[in-house]
Amino acid sequence: MGVKVSLGVSLGAVLAIVVVALVGGEVSALQPVFGILVPYAAFAIFLVGFIYRVVDWGRSPVPYRIPTTCGQQKTLPWIKQNKIECPSSTLGVIGRMILEVFAFRSLFRHTKAEMASGNIVYGGSKWIWLGALAFHYSFLIIAVRHLRLFLEPVPFLINGIDLVDGMFQIGAPTLYLTDLLLIGAVSYLLVRRLIVPKMRYISLANDYFPLFLILGIGISGVLMRFFIRVDIVGVKELAMGLATLHPVMPEGIGAIFFVHVALVSTLFAYFPFSKLMHAGGVFLSPGRNLANTNRAKMHVNPWEYPVKIHSYEDYENEFREKMKEAGIPVERE
Amino acid sequence: MYDAWKILVGLAIFLGLFTFAFWMNAGKAAPVPEPKIDTPEIKKMAVKQCVEDKEYMRTTHMQLVNVWRDQALRDGNREFINQKGEKYVISLQNTCLKCHSNKKEFCDACHNYTAIAPYCWDCHIVPPEEPKEEPREESKGNES
Repeated sequence: MGVKVSLGVSLGAVLAIVVVALVGGEVSALQPVFGILVPYAAFAIFLVGFIYRVVDWGRSPVPYRIPTTCGQQKTLPWIKQNKIECPSSTLGVIGRMILEVFAFRSLFRHTKAEMASGNIVYGGSKWIWLGALAFHYSFLIIAVRHLRLFLEPVPFLINGIDLVDGMFQIGAPTLYLTDLLLIGAVSYLLVRRLIVPKMRYISLANDYFPLFLILGIGISGVLMRFFIRVDIVGVKELAMGLATLHPVMPEGIGAIFFVHVALVSTLFAYFPFSKLMHAGGVFLSPGRNLANTNRAKMHVNPWEYPVKIHSYEDYENEFREKMKEAGIPVERE
Repeated sequence: MYDAWKILVGLAIFLGLFTFAFWMNAGKAAPVPEPKIDTPEIKKMAVKQCVEDKEYMRTTHMQLVNVWRDQALRDGNREFINQKGEKYVISLQNTCLKCHSNKKEFCDACHNYTAIAPYCWDCHIVPPEEPKEEPREESKGNES
């Protein structure tokens, strides 16, 4: 697929969801579908799909150690081992996984190849690491913040996050820093795919679609908070109904809310089938979660069976007479 | 499944986090707040009408109040003309709180429910709830 087709398909899909939700949100008979049925179905698909994918990976055998080694392995006592980048113990693996999951260590190692006066030169490039970190952490904070709509009473910690996120008290309701960060970071990740030729070459519709989807979620959320206001008490009533399994559909919530919910539902339902499953996959990736004990310990393939062998001695015993007749030299007469 | 217990523990944590809201609420929905508008000032009104219509006030009052603050304190303009062309004096204390004198039953009802902590009261004095009480000295000179 060319870049125009990929972009068109993914942007078109997101816009189609927006239009369907806008129209559906205006029809009061369809509001329970978009406000209750679709979110429940999407969430169920997310939970079941996520678990299915993880169990499926868990059932795949990884008979041998295949960690990506990025430092000195454990060897002679006077050579210093890099215990995080080439772990040989469970503790080292845990340290490595913490760095990977919370600080995106392998993205930090990202390099960029450039031509400089006729030679290819590799250099560090931290922008993707910074962009990814900004994106993931602002998304996390935004998701946690949303719990204020699903919990009553609202836990102290969530109020605290809300307060810190809006600490500059710009406007009313206050501007959240993570809203700016999320939209900025997703835009960077999208623009990067579009303007770097090598990135554009390897990007497919399933790379663009989640970016457009998350950008749509961010934009619809910001619009709803600052520009096209909705009845927040009604929103919380709906959210509480969903969380207590006694769904109710309050009247008078604006159509923009249904756009936001439809996009979030799409993200939930799409998640287990997409590259977004790296969220679960990072924990199960054998390149990261195995200690480098290739030589220190014996690793036996679990499905290994005794191989039937036919040695040269047996071969000669079997064909000795025929070999002699044909003049082929034999080792034993 | 290989390393089954590790994966199952991980999946249990995943499920626990993502269904947090379900088991925290344990099926009990908190009552939806009903902000009370039965203050003496509102009871006196023939047509119970805020500065703008109810739907607008319900969703957008915070933005209006924010514009009011900038207009009154930064531009010194205390005149507000609503969508119907009616004039009001821009003042939280003398316009908003004149009718809505019941902060606990009106403002706080929804703000607490949706976990919103407006910073109005960083500067403004919270009006005394009991009208019988003597108004405090400091609040007399405060016009906004």
